[in-house]
Amino acid sequence: MTARPPARFVRQFALTGGRARSSGAPLPFETLIQTTPQGRSAYATLTPEWAAIVRMGESPISVAEISAHLHIHLGVARVLVGDMEHADLISIFAPIVSENGPDTALLERLLHELEAL
Amino acid sequence: MSLKLSDPAATPAPPPSGLGMRPMKIVVAGGFAAGKTTFVDALSEITPLTTEAPMTSVALGVDDAGEVSTKTTTTVALDFGRITLSDQTMLYLFGTPGQDRFWFMWDELSRGAVGAVVLVDTRRLGDCFPAIDYFENRSIPYIVACNSFNGQLSHDVNEVHEALAVPVDVPVLALDARNRAAAKGGLIRLVQHAIRRRHAAG
Repeated sequence: MTARPPARFVRQFALTGGRARSSGAPLPFETLIQTTPQGRSAYATLTPEWAAIVRMGESPISVAEISAHLHIHLGVARVLVGDMEHADLISIFAPIVSENGPDTALLERLLHELEAL
Repeated sequence: MSLKLSDPAATPAPPPSGLGMRPMKIVVAGGFAAGKTTFVDALSEITPLTTEAPMTSVALGVDDAGEVSTKTTTTVALDFGRITLSDQTMLYLFGTPGQDRFWFMWDELSRGAVGAVVLVDTRRLGDCFPAIDYFENRSIPYIVACNSFNGQLSHDVNEVHEALAVPVDVPVLALDARNRAAAKGGLIRLVQHAIRRRHAAG
């Protein structure tokens, strides 16, 4: 017998046309987005979720925060954001991901910024 | 990618530092009630948020009815906070979901992370073993932070270092997870450790 996913779960994936992932590699949760001028001018024509993301992206915000604020699963937020970048509505600032984490220059910058905090 | 929104047609120019706007993340791990949420809360500029990720587990095997698999869907909750360090650096702190069956989520959180802070309640040292094993086995930089609830530690940090049998170069320190300055000090120790590890690796 197969357990049925809860209705809320099904509804969320309807937002993405049933897709659990956008094209390309999945975006890390901390990936930042920022609204583009095109996104701003298209605001009135967008679906409620896209419009909400365009509004949130006026200053840089992460995929994780989008997910939390819109009460949608992280996977759904990732797909929406990927599609919106494809439509030039937002820019994406992904972390530099390597198996070993950030490089030394980024770590040094982080250290200085933390010490100044 | 250009940071300048006013003129999208302009040739993307690198920001002054040459590194660009980058999100970074640190994983906050530890046993149940070791103080993960408290630690994130002490540092985060936003009220820590909770989000959910769907988890699909496929139980392989053939049951009595002859079905080859049973697919169940559940969710795992993630707590996280944010520190804006500059207009170029946003640091995210992700608390790990506690249960062992969520290791896949630890993989997702650890990929590309600066490293991890493993919070320890010295009254229940054993609770942090899975987290330490996890980061040790994957060569992810981590520090061990003994949460001194009410300024009290039931063991000193040298005893803890020995008891946990972590390598000598791994920082083991005491801090009060409720205290912002102390929590920030923990992050600094972690980043210093990660840089040393980088240099050691050449």
